[in-house]
Order: sequence, then structure tokens, then C-alpha cells
Amino acid sequence: MDRTRGYRVFQGVNAVILTGVVIVTLYPFLNVVARSLSDENFIRSGQVNLIPRGFTLTTYEYVISDPTFWTNYRNTVVYTVVATLIAMFMTTCYAYVLSKRHLKGRTFLIGIAVFTMFFSGGIIPNYVLITSLGLKDSLWAIVLPNAISVFNLLIMKAFFEGLPVELEEAAAIDGMSTYGILLRIVLPLSKAVIATMVLFYAVAFWNSWFSAFLYMSQSDLFPVTVFLRNLIAGATGASSVGADAMNMTVAANIKAVTMVLTILPILGIYPFVQRYFVTGVTLGAVKG
Amino acid sequence: MSTVRTVDVSSGTRDPHETKPDPARNRAPRRTWRQALRRDWQLYSLAILPLLFFAIFRYLPMIGNVIAFRKFEPGGSVLGEEWVGLRYVRMFLNDPTFWQVFTNTLVLGALTLLFCFPMPIVLALLINEVRHRRLKRFVQSVSYLPHFLSIVVVAGLVVELLSGDGPVNQILRVAGDDPITFMQQPEWFRTIYVSSEMWQTVGWGTILYLAALTTIDDQLYEAARIDGAGRWRQTWHVTLPGIRPTAVVLLILNIGAFMAVGFEKVLLLYNPLTYPTADVISTYLYRMGVVSNNFSYATAIGLFEALIGLTLVLSANLISRRTVGTSLW
Repeated sequence: MDRTRGYRVFQGVNAVILTGVVIVTLYPFLNVVARSLSDENFIRSGQVNLIPRGFTLTTYEYVISDPTFWTNYRNTVVYTVVATLIAMFMTTCYAYVLSKRHLKGRTFLIGIAVFTMFFSGGIIPNYVLITSLGLKDSLWAIVLPNAISVFNLLIMKAFFEGLPVELEEAAAIDGMSTYGILLRIVLPLSKAVIATMVLFYAVAFWNSWFSAFLYMSQSDLFPVTVFLRNLIAGATGASSVGADAMNMTVAANIKAVTMVLTILPILGIYPFVQRYFVTGVTLGAVKG
Repeated sequence: MSTVRTVDVSSGTRDPHETKPDPARNRAPRRTWRQALRRDWQLYSLAILPLLFFAIFRYLPMIGNVIAFRKFEPGGSVLGEEWVGLRYVRMFLNDPTFWQVFTNTLVLGALTLLFCFPMPIVLALLINEVRHRRLKRFVQSVSYLPHFLSIVVVAGLVVELLSGDGPVNQILRVAGDDPITFMQQPEWFRTIYVSSEMWQTVGWGTILYLAALTTIDDQLYEAARIDGAGRWRQTWHVTLPGIRPTAVVLLILNIGAFMAVGFEKVLLLYNPLTYPTADVISTYLYRMGVVSNNFSYATAIGLFEALIGLTLVLSANLISRRTVGTSLW
């Protein structure tokens, strides 16, 4: 397009800035991977940057053979699967109802959901509620309070609203029930948005830690994020200000491996799914 | 049961003449609730479980806020034992720690808004200027990546990078400076918080702007060029106005989140040494309530925080509707 000298200079500067952004974004990942593969002595002397020094896999073996880590990792998988399934069921049902423009009381039903985006009960009333419902130390403390994300709900509602009305009307004339229409007409047409929502929920549940941290008291119920949090807290808490260096580097080594293993599933699917995420977010923004 | 009643209540309170005429059902006669229920009972039945969810896990805690004005005993009634009026409100207004965490919240919120709101716009404009398609997509994909990390992992990365043997201190050593124990210095906390927040959110924030940029009509640029506008003037007069609605909506949302500065991240990154700058309202009430069992006191603080947040988002929305004509609702 423009071939002016000023614009060419700008293109050069822009390339430099964006390269900088890419490097700054990727550096922490590469550093933690390098640390996870390095010998602890090299980490301790501050020699590990992007390339592993004193390459070793023993830290991985050590962490994976730790029974608590394994239990917690399995917990994360179980929590993520169960929570995502329930959240998808709830969100799909409600989004479908909200997408029906003719429905009496629709504005009220939307209002109920949207209001919770701007005002919430707060940490303490939620804590009291979960405690008195007896959900502590159970999977349900993580699943139930997060069964619907209003943001996801609005994306899905917008998608359903975009489907051709005629298809559903035709099915209704043929005598199909609302449930039948949802299951056999609408859902098969909504694979794209369902995939996006499953990803949104799964990543959120995989990454979440606070509910578990708050409501689970036994370490064999923790998800891996809480396991990791406890490793980090062990090294940053005030109690360790004067802690011996030996202890801290061992933790640094193990922390790096735990982090890599926590990120791994997300990094594994990321290249394949990130465009779905992008579509989902823009869809919600344009129509929601 | 209770959900069905909720729906019925709305029928009683809502004036039928208030409902806006929906173009989709212009010709359909207005239905009574009895007719609507008979026709759409299957749809309403799909809403029962979600409504129960909202009632129990969203609205019950809102009601639970009354324990800010009642004395709550752990193990006793969820709604507290007896009215104590504004006792807990007075308590936190006279609490010096409260004012410290209040200030910290405002400072962190303001810094986050100042740095994390405009950066995605700048980055989106820069990415948009990349002509090479593959390169463009690569930069985008990389910049989104941190958004998908757990806050725990981000905190972990921050601690690793800033640790005594981490890269930042390696650089300091090479430069001949003494290593800094970043995580233990209150004066470093705000920098650490804001820059890690930027690292994690800037790329993801560009998505909506990049989408908005693609919707700008090319003819506008052409017209500007014919009028003799250079690159800068095109950006100033076409591109920026083109993304203004998106920017305003995001600004309102950001202002709404002002008070709720990253509770989880602060909780993961702070420690008693950095409390003077790091402790925010939500972490303070977490310690007061969950850790020290002062439920009513903590709830009073939380309610105060939530009300400020609500007021902020409502006024931001109102101001933007009056001034630039864009609003959330």
C-alpha cells in the first residue's frame, strides 16, 4: 500500500516491538521448561536461562512418583470432566430458554442472570452457604457454585438466536416436542458453540484452585493447582525468609516440573483450539 | 417449587402493557400466563434447574449479606442471631487496617486500569499493521497464550523469575548490582502485580479490538486518503473512532471490576512482609472471615466493596451513555 519512507520505518519499528512482545511472552514458559530439565545445582547458581544445564529427567520421575501429586492430578481430571458436563447441561438448557424470543417472562429470566454479573454475595456469605449446605470436602463445592458462567450463557444464547427459526417451526409442526427439537435439531446444528463452551469451561475448571483451597481440608482431595500453590507458598511465605537455600532450590526444581505438568494439557490442545476461543469471545461481544 | 413461584411472582408484579412489542411476534396476540405456561411448559421446565442454581448459589448469598448487620455465630443460623445495626460498619470505619487496605485497593485498581486498559488497543493497532498474514497470526497466538494459564501457575512463574537465582537477578548480577528479594519488598509489589497482570491479559484483550478493526469499512480509509490523510491521520480519524464503541464497553467493564482487583493473585503473591502495599479489601476480609472467623465483620466489608463496585459500573455506564452514546444496556 503506502510506500512512503516514514511508513517503511514504522514497519521496521513495529516488527522490533512485536518481536519484543513475543519474546517477553514466551520467555517465562521457556525458562520454566529449562529449569524443569536442569540439574538443581545449576539452578541454584543462577545459570539456567533458556537452555537446560545439566540435563536430567530425575525431577520428573521424582514428581510423578509422588503419590500426592498423582492423586491431585487425577482429581483435577475428574473435577474438570464432571464440572464441565454439569455446567454444559445447565448452560445449554438456560441459554436455549433465553433464546426463545416469544417466551413470556424472558426479559425477567435474562435479568436474573445478568444482574449477578454486577453484584454478588461476596466471599463470606458464599463460604457460610457452602459450609452450611454440607458441601465441604466434596466435589460439589467446586461444581455446583460454578455451574453457570453468565458470560458463557450469553454467548450460547446469542448463537441459538442466530439459528434459523423455520427449522424448529417445521419440527414443531411435525409434532416434535421442545425437548426433541433441542436434542435432535438444535444441538446437532450447534457443534461449533458447544465445542467452544466445553473448552471455556474445561480450561476454567482445570485452572481453578480457590474453591478447592477454601472448601477442601484433606490433601488427597486437592486438585493439582492447590498442590502447586502449596509448593509456591512454601517457598514465598514469610516463614521461609531465612530458610536455607538448599531447601528453596529443591523446591524450585520441583516447582518447575509441577508447573510444566499443570500447563501441559493446555499447551497440548492450545494450537488446535485457540481459534475456537477467539470465535467464541467475538461472538459473545458482537451479539451479547 | 420455589422457581415456579419466582416465575409467577414476576407475572404479578409486571404490568402487561410494559412488555415491549417484539418484532418476532408482532402478529401473535398477547398471552396470559396460563396460556404461556400451557404452550411453553417444556421450555419453562428446562429453566427450573438453572433458576434453582441462581436462587441458591447467587441470590441466597446476596441475602446472606444481612449477617453484616446481625451477629453471626459459626454453627448457628445462616442469617445470624440478632440485629446489631451498623455496629460492624462502624467497626471497619474505625479500623486503621481497613483504610490501609482500602487505599491499596484503590491504588492497585487505578494502576491496573491505567496500564492494562490501553495496552490491548496499542497492541491491536500494531498487530493490525503487520502485512504478513502468517506472522500476524503467530504474534496473535503467542500473545493469547498466557490467558489460558491458571493464576497459580502465573504466580509460580512470577516467583521463579524474581527468585534469588532467577533471570531478573541474573541480569542484576551481570550489571554489577546486588540481587533483590523482590517478593519480600513492599515497594516492589505494585510493579510486580501490574506487570504480571499486563503479561497475562494484554494479548487476550486485543481479540475484541482486532475483530472491531476488521469491521471498519475500507471505503472510509479510501475517502481519507483522497482527502490527503496520511497514515497517522487515517489512524486518528478512522481507526480509533471505529473501535471506540468496543473500547467504551470494555472500559465500563474494567471500571466495574475496579474494586475486585485480582483477589486470587494478591492472595498468591503477597505475604506478611508485603502487606503494607499488597493487602487489598478482599484479602483482608478473607483473613478476617475465613481465617479468623469474624464472619459478620468481614461480610460488612465485603458488602461495602460490592456496593462501591456496583455504583462504579452503574455510573460509568450512565456517563458513557450520556457522553458517547455507548452503554452496556
